[in-house]
Amino acid sequence: MDATLKKQLEITACKVRLGILEGVFNAKSGHPGGSLSIADLMTYLYFAKMNVYPDKPDEPQRDRLVLSKGHTAPALYSVLAEKGYFSKDELKSLRHIGALLQGHPCIHIPGVDMSSGSLGQGISVACGMALSAKVSNDTYKVYTVLGDGEIEEGQVWEAAMFAAHYKLDNLVAVVDNNGLQIDGKIEDVMSPYPIVDKFKAFGWHVIEADAHDFDSLEAAFNEAETVAYQPVVIVMKSVKGKGVSFMENNVSWHGSAPNAEQYAQAVAEVSARLEELEG
Amino acid sequence: MADVKKIATRESYGNALAELGDKYENLYVLDADLAAATKTGIFKKKFPDRFFDCGIAESNMMGVAAGLAATGKIPFASTFAMFAAGRAFEQVRNSIGYPHLNVKIGATHAGISVGEDGATHQCNEDIALMRTIPGMTIINPADDVEARAAVEAAILHNGPVYMRFGRLAAPVFNDPATYKFELGKGIQLRDGKDIAIIATGLMVSEAIEAAKALSAEGIDAMVINIHTIKPIDKDIIINAAKKTGLILTVEEHSVIGGLGSAVADVLAENYPAKMVKIGVNDEFGHSGPAVDLLKEFGLCAENIVNKARDAVKAK
Repeated sequence: MDATLKKQLEITACKVRLGILEGVFNAKSGHPGGSLSIADLMTYLYFAKMNVYPDKPDEPQRDRLVLSKGHTAPALYSVLAEKGYFSKDELKSLRHIGALLQGHPCIHIPGVDMSSGSLGQGISVACGMALSAKVSNDTYKVYTVLGDGEIEEGQVWEAAMFAAHYKLDNLVAVVDNNGLQIDGKIEDVMSPYPIVDKFKAFGWHVIEADAHDFDSLEAAFNEAETVAYQPVVIVMKSVKGKGVSFMENNVSWHGSAPNAEQYAQAVAEVSARLEELEG
Repeated sequence: MADVKKIATRESYGNALAELGDKYENLYVLDADLAAATKTGIFKKKFPDRFFDCGIAESNMMGVAAGLAATGKIPFASTFAMFAAGRAFEQVRNSIGYPHLNVKIGATHAGISVGEDGATHQCNEDIALMRTIPGMTIINPADDVEARAAVEAAILHNGPVYMRFGRLAAPVFNDPATYKFELGKGIQLRDGKDIAIIATGLMVSEAIEAAKALSAEGIDAMVINIHTIKPIDKDIIINAAKKTGLILTVEEHSVIGGLGSAVADVLAENYPAKMVKIGVNDEFGHSGPAVDLLKEFGLCAENIVNKARDAVKAK
């Protein structure tokens, strides 16, 4: 990846992380761990990959993203705010009564392509969007992001069969493999492993990537574009809570908000990283 | 009604899709390995490029339909009522209802008249389930003419629609030359002052037969066809109650949560009136020929006459 772009993405990802923390802190609830684990991915997609138009959020030929792991809405909202779909001030009222930003993604929010959050459903919708593009000879791409716990849902595998059957090579799914779900380690709760072999057996082209390395993400998404007649899944090794030391790899941060002291520390850590990058 | 033409409304559904496919190029049809039974196979034959089999995976099918609708297509997702409203309830609620996407659900084999397949496939709960989803329109057509018209009305309506079709051949009583389908409007088929029989779907023709028999006994029964169960035509129900003071609802569905409950909701809040409900009484069905089952469960003109007579006497 071009060094300037990489640095820019790293800077943006810090801002996205600050937005996630601000949203979850002010909401006094939400899911920081899984939001932080996809912060780099979401930054890469919206700032380096997807054809999107913040001034025309409903542009029919835009690329789509369905956040199948909808509980990590703060990551999506923070990226959309950073991208200019709506004011960053909205993050402060995430989950508040009467607020624009609902606890889980809602299609009526500018830039949100699909309501999601009931796990396993988003990938099916992404399949429908990809099929729709195929039948109309549209060239837009459809991305969907799944949790590694989420793929325990049977519907994911119905969708996996569907995508391969209809050769949806305009669909790229990402599995955020942070290894943790609410009740503990995914292999202890209900192991979805081997994830790579499962998707291969379902007829997908599988690419492995490092969720926190923009070179790795770029290589993965570039490879995805070379694949024909097969859907692509990027199994992305990630760290839950990435970027905030005390949240990293700690399942207790799956679905709880930091208190004022913890928030201050988290902001300090991410801000220090941001300052370092900005020089 | 031996000489009356009979057509199952699932046939009407398949035929209507195939006919309307020319007029509406944006129409796509999904099925879950039941195209031969839901009759979407008729559409598939004519428009193979606009038909997608999703296999035996109804939950995914509802999501695929949502994705098609979110990108401007008008998808009809077809399967048996049991799987459309039952198995895929949460997908319909969260992936279609909540984002208010323009998905049409064609649910066939509704009710007890599925017959020999028995209780696992006899869905008597679908109307109740679908009624609870905000913004969901529910249409339960009574015959071939109405069913075909309903399919086009669903296409023209922007938003999710649940359509309920039957497996059993139903008498065609509407005249295609004069019939007009108005979404959300009930149809008074017969005037009367002693009792108002409010029916839906397969039970409408039974209600008409019952009213004729009641007339011979000197009981003057109004008959109303409610094809749109949600949003329901409040005015026609309130006016029927005002005129007759006695309402009898008939549906091939559980008495819990269906037409009877919807009518009761309207009356309780607007014009309380005495009411009798005929439907499946909080029990599962079982195997048997459809016509025999309908008789056994009281979903027939004879039982309507008996219940109406008793209710009028008790007035």
